Amino acid sequence: MRNEALTEKQTALARQKAAEQQKGKIRHTISMTLLYIVLAIVGVFQILPLVWLVLFSLKNNQEVFELSPFALPATPRFENYIRVWTEGNIGQYFFNSVLYTGSAVVLTILFASMATFALTRMKWKKSSLFLGLFMVGLMIPVHSTLIPLFNTFSNLDLINHPLSIILTYTAFNLPITIMILYGFYQVLPREVEEAAIMDGASVHRIFFGITLPMTAPVIATAAIINMIYNWNEFVFINTFISADQFKTLTVGIQNFIGQYSTDWGAIGATLVISILPILIAFIFLSDRIVEGISAGSVKG
Amino acid sequence: MDQALSSKKMIALYLAPGLLLLLALVYIPIFQTGYFGLMDWNGIGEMSFIGLENYTLLIQDAAFWDSAWHSLLLAVFSALSLIGYLLISLVLAGKIKGANFLRKIYLVPMLLASVAIAQLWMKIYHPTNGILNTLLMSIGIENPPAWLAEPSLALFAIFIPIIWQYAGFYILIYYAALKNIPESLVESAKIDGASAWDIAWKIKVPLIMNVIKVTIVLAVVGSLKYFDLIYVMTNGGPNGASEVMASYMYGQAFSRFDFGYASAIGFFLLVICLLITWLIRKVTVSDEDIQY
Repeated sequence: MRNEALTEKQTALARQKAAEQQKGKIRHTISMTLLYIVLAIVGVFQILPLVWLVLFSLKNNQEVFELSPFALPATPRFENYIRVWTEGNIGQYFFNSVLYTGSAVVLTILFASMATFALTRMKWKKSSLFLGLFMVGLMIPVHSTLIPLFNTFSNLDLINHPLSIILTYTAFNLPITIMILYGFYQVLPREVEEAAIMDGASVHRIFFGITLPMTAPVIATAAIINMIYNWNEFVFINTFISADQFKTLTVGIQNFIGQYSTDWGAIGATLVISILPILIAFIFLSDRIVEGISAGSVKG
Repeated sequence: MDQALSSKKMIALYLAPGLLLLLALVYIPIFQTGYFGLMDWNGIGEMSFIGLENYTLLIQDAAFWDSAWHSLLLAVFSALSLIGYLLISLVLAGKIKGANFLRKIYLVPMLLASVAIAQLWMKIYHPTNGILNTLLMSIGIENPPAWLAEPSLALFAIFIPIIWQYAGFYILIYYAALKNIPESLVESAKIDGASAWDIAWKIKVPLIMNVIKVTIVLAVVGSLKYFDLIYVMTNGGPNGASEVMASYMYGQAFSRFDFGYASAIGFFLLVICLLITWLIRKVTVSDEDIQY
């Protein structure tokens, strides 16, 4: 009798506990759902303008004005893309963007690797002072250098010359590139390099034959970050280049769009063409990009 | 054995290309900017030394102080938005499935050229056919504003795409820092019965304080020198309503050809940026001794 009462009490307690747990679980599920909704809204906010851009790049004006913003056009008008590619100088701008971006990336990676090698692998007392000298570059506003650079390039006849752009991009990306490389160099084991010294290898041999190949992963990361920065750069190119044949996509589309100010499809197509290489790079290399941006932004 | 790696000649050789470029194209120019700021100069003709006249002019230039005020507003706005990014990151770095995918999605706008972003948002804000006003009209608002052409709205209308552009960047930084916190610290707090809210604000946030400090510097200094979207979307207009320091300086130099005056502004901008960096690092408490 007594025992039965006790078990009854126990089961009631257990039931209550289970119900509470159930409630907690439900509450947890609800709050998790709410959090997911918030995160999803942020994601939609980040992506939706781009979806809209792609949609209106495939419409003509009538469709842009009459259809609802996210309605698909009856037939996607790919001719917008063909038209802007053939009518304007988009092809030329695209080529220039590739040329300047590529040259500057190669130079930046080479010079930054050499400097980082000297800062981390060579034995001298002032290396931290020089590291600081490179890092101060991160704090300099571009606008505080613009007039002297414009003046110097004018005097050297380098206005409207690819060299002014390539050299400027290289110089301004050196600090962040060294920052990205430096972290990797510091944790990279030195045994292979030390063994090579024992064998009497020259410094150049060590740098080009051992260090550069060993740092390939971080070079890839730094290169993609450099590529994005250079591809998107605007102030220097807008200031140093006015001749159409030397413009990159960023300034090129700026002027080109002015000319099409009322043709939405053409503007959309131009913009999509200009951002497509970066989006493709992002799809395939997103991990490297994430890594590079984190390494290049914060060091305690 | 270290002989090869301690040769002064080799060290100089490996530093030289980078260092010379940086000196020639970054460091020497900032001193030249300081020097040009003391000149009356139109960029082509002779310079004439006028001492601090450009700076006395600057102090009295109401249009410049308007632009400085706008830059300051952007800085405050960006710094405050960090709180939102931190909240999102705290959620994201919890046990969220697909967090890695989401933070990449957030990052996409940051990878695009400012010019493309500017052009896209000009279309979004288009008075009659832009997606924003189409939406507003569809929910019954009859005369939605012409955003970028409205002096009282233009500046704030540009703040939105700036937020849009950089959100993913800061979320990425916070997320990475939060993921670095050892699980054991969070677990032991949970055993002690701390709520998720307490764990976030009393354990996680203090632990990433150094990173937060860096992001404050990045956001504030980045805002003070901000240029791209404003130059493309409104070029400081209408009537100076969205002018910021960098766009004002650019206009003085390359539209009005007052290179001396523009250099003075450029030098002022440099001093402000360095000063603010130093100040924020000084004022925000140092957490150097936090170990985890």
